[in-house]
Amino acid sequence: MKNKRFLLALFAMIISAAGQAQTTAMADTMRSNGKIYVVVGVIFLIFCVLFTYLVFLDRKIGRLEKQNNK
Amino acid sequence: MLVDVPRLDILNESIRNLFYHVTSWFAMVFLFIASFVYSIRYLNSGNEQHDLLAKIFVQVGMVFGAAGLVTGMLWAKYTWGAYWVPDPKLNGAAIALLAYLAYMILRNSLTDNLTRAKISAVYNIFAFVMMVIFVFILPRMTDSLHPGNGGNPAFSGYDLDNTMRFVFYPATIGWILLGLWISELRFRVDSLSQKMNDDLDIKSDRLDSIPRLDEE
Repeated sequence: MKNKRFLLALFAMIISAAGQAQTTAMADTMRSNGKIYVVVGVIFLIFCVLFTYLVFLDRKIGRLEKQNNK
Repeated sequence: MLVDVPRLDILNESIRNLFYHVTSWFAMVFLFIASFVYSIRYLNSGNEQHDLLAKIFVQVGMVFGAAGLVTGMLWAKYTWGAYWVPDPKLNGAAIALLAYLAYMILRNSLTDNLTRAKISAVYNIFAFVMMVIFVFILPRMTDSLHPGNGGNPAFSGYDLDNTMRFVFYPATIGWILLGLWISELRFRVDSLSQKMNDDLDIKSDRLDSIPRLDEE
């Protein structure tokens, strides 16, 4: 349960950070400094994909543990 | 801190995405090859573990495919101007991923273990051939915005110079090893869960048999 709350908080932080970036003209930020922020964005997206996959795997293992304890 | 990269118009610093976007597609292709090999091995051996490995390599490969797709979309937005353009390479990659999604749906729609393993192994071989055609062959036969297709070079000359190769090849190996590691973890979890389910079945069989004995 605690784990879930932590994940939710992290998610909320990421979303709010993304929201703030959008108010300061996203396209300009992404194109500044020779489009280096596109690379940052790509790394962030890969992090998101792997993180989501790990959360799914975590839940799968959690279900398995629950089943084992029965 | 950053390696020297060629200075190119439009691409600018985003050329560094090569280390993330391309490597993740390479990892996907490697995992799909592994899945293809294990599907063939399953059809030869009838070993259930080979079927399980084929399934896991597809699942993990699709994670890397999803990463390749979303990173490619972001890259396209700031170089080509849109998240998605009707390009043979992009549409081909999407079709290939859908073919593998169909593999997962096919698997989940069959309940009998033996039928599922056999039919999905045969389908997986088709899916792999489809992937090769849609990702590697068809885009090369027409014009494409995507590098490496239809008169648009990627590995030759200006796109990939020697400093970038020094980062790119180790990164590719790293991504493939990451994919293999995730697949191995997944294999351990899935075989454990299968074993536990078998144990449960044995237990419930025993429970079922008790009242029958009483009746007699």
